[in-house]
Amino acid sequence: MSWLDVWTQSFEQMVGPSAVFYCLAAIGLNVHFGYTGLLNFGQSAFMMVAAYALGSIVATWDQSFWLGILVGFGAVALLAVLLGLPTLRLRADYLAIVTIAAAEAIRQILGSVSLVEYFNGQDGLFGFQETFENLNPYNDTIGFTIGDFGVHWSGYDFWVMTVGWILILVSCLIVFLLMRSPWGRVVKGVREDEDAVRSLGKNVYAYKMQSLMIGGMFGGLAGYMTALAHNPAPSDFATDTTFFAWTILLLGGAARVFGPVAGALVFWFFISWLDLFFDKATAENLIPDSIMDSNQASLMRLIVLGLVLMLLMIFRPQGIFGDRRELAIDAR
Amino acid sequence: MPGDTPATSSPSQAGLADVQSEPGSAKPDPILVVDNVTRSFGGLVAVDVDHVEIQRGIITALIGPNGAGKTTFFNLLTGFDRPDQGQWSFNGDDISGRPAYHLARRGMVRTFQLTKALARLTVLENMRLGAGDQRGERLWGAMLKFLWRGQEDEITGRAHALLERFRLDEKDEDFAGSLSGGQRKLLEMARALMAEPELVMLDEPMAGVNPALKQSLLGHVKSLRDDGMTVLFVEHDMDMVRDISDWVIVMAQGRIIAEGPPQAVMGDQRVIDAYLGAHHDADLTPEEEEQILARAQQELAAEQEETP
Repeated sequence: MSWLDVWTQSFEQMVGPSAVFYCLAAIGLNVHFGYTGLLNFGQSAFMMVAAYALGSIVATWDQSFWLGILVGFGAVALLAVLLGLPTLRLRADYLAIVTIAAAEAIRQILGSVSLVEYFNGQDGLFGFQETFENLNPYNDTIGFTIGDFGVHWSGYDFWVMTVGWILILVSCLIVFLLMRSPWGRVVKGVREDEDAVRSLGKNVYAYKMQSLMIGGMFGGLAGYMTALAHNPAPSDFATDTTFFAWTILLLGGAARVFGPVAGALVFWFFISWLDLFFDKATAENLIPDSIMDSNQASLMRLIVLGLVLMLLMIFRPQGIFGDRRELAIDAR
Repeated sequence: MPGDTPATSSPSQAGLADVQSEPGSAKPDPILVVDNVTRSFGGLVAVDVDHVEIQRGIITALIGPNGAGKTTFFNLLTGFDRPDQGQWSFNGDDISGRPAYHLARRGMVRTFQLTKALARLTVLENMRLGAGDQRGERLWGAMLKFLWRGQEDEITGRAHALLERFRLDEKDEDFAGSLSGGQRKLLEMARALMAEPELVMLDEPMAGVNPALKQSLLGHVKSLRDDGMTVLFVEHDMDMVRDISDWVIVMAQGRIIAEGPPQAVMGDQRVIDAYLGAHHDADLTPEEEEQILARAQQELAAEQEETP
């Protein structure tokens, strides 16, 4: 690997399949948190439910791929209702507690030994992507080269990316259309002060439930793309998946339509670059073994990421797209 | 103007002439009737109201010392809290225990003691949010602008007219969070009017408002009555109560202890005892101060003797 590869591979990751799923998950969180003020710490549960519904309908029950997609959305809606019913009447913190607990519970259940015949335990589901693979128009590696700078993706990855980025654009359009409407105004009012909105005759509970569902649906799209890009296993939907999506949202700027997109691009470029850089630097002995060996280098990206997040929160809390003036207003 | 006696032109105000100044007295045309509403927090009975009626088309003040249960009573009536028991009706329909949003849709809109401006929405968006029954607020139609554009224009027109009336028209594109405390009060009142209420319930509209703005707020509250709305407000500011209310209801320790026209209520011995204290309208004379001081010193001395 050359130093140039550090840059090209980072670029490949920047728009690659991982950026796609996390971007979609962050768009969902943007609807929840950025616009409605709901603290959902269980976005990975929405992703997992959709991914596993699709995977198990096709691989376990031999039904059609499209039925799997439909069942996945149904499962996401059901999950939103189950999480929302007891918590949306309470203070915001309760939703946070319930979602993070539910996400872990769902992950443990779907990965459990007793359900191994349906969901294949910790190995996860596979062999259900055929319909999607058959639609893939790309046979060879896809990429481009400008001078020495060349990037390439496998045909299948590029197909996942094509569908993924189209879904991202459509999702952004939906979010834009919703949030400029009176519906969006009510939801933003709920974020600011739900009692005020209630006093004006709006059924706040119903709006929060709708928002939870819609954001969950975007999480579901993220789940489908994860499932299609590689075989989904319980470890793909751990709490750090949710927290990466949150990082992307805050990095890009909450309550901005393109916040999650900018966040995902920057996040995946940055985290890949750090990984490759420290890997290369230790391999070349640019950083001597006495300071850091290659095993330790793999952890450096998370350390630097944490540091950058802290600096971001201190110096640019509104994210890349946010409006500082808007954030600076003291709500109460 | 302050100091004027309330105009007695409207029939609803004139009708009050025959009403007895007794707690729970019947009104000729009540908009809100409350029966046996109680609410307790643990052992403390915060509200225990046997019967009260609010006359339509006038300004009614709800006063009482701190902790009398005024705001709790307000919260119960508007569906922001649930009573242990009780019924109340609005325009003759039983509305006991209905959710807050339902009551607001029926025409009973409230404001809050701590102003709830929606800080990160613009002033104009705050106003638009107040309008009821908007097609674009339903999820399925929200994305299709042509479905709600016409109604939105009508709402925006109404919002601008109200903002002009409340002298906020130059601030319409500012975030509500950037307004001063008094302007937020004005905005909250204007926003409540967007819902086209019959009964406006103001929870301490004068709290934290400077004297100059107070006068203009008073004018606005009176204009609500002139527009045919009924106003019920909770207030500590006695000037405001004297100045603009047609009828005063006094609460103490959760119960309604007196009601009547402002002048009559202020002279009522029960009210003076419960709320205003014996010296509400006179400064202490030097002799009285000395007496109080002497008594306090005696008590202190007695206490010191008791403790060995």
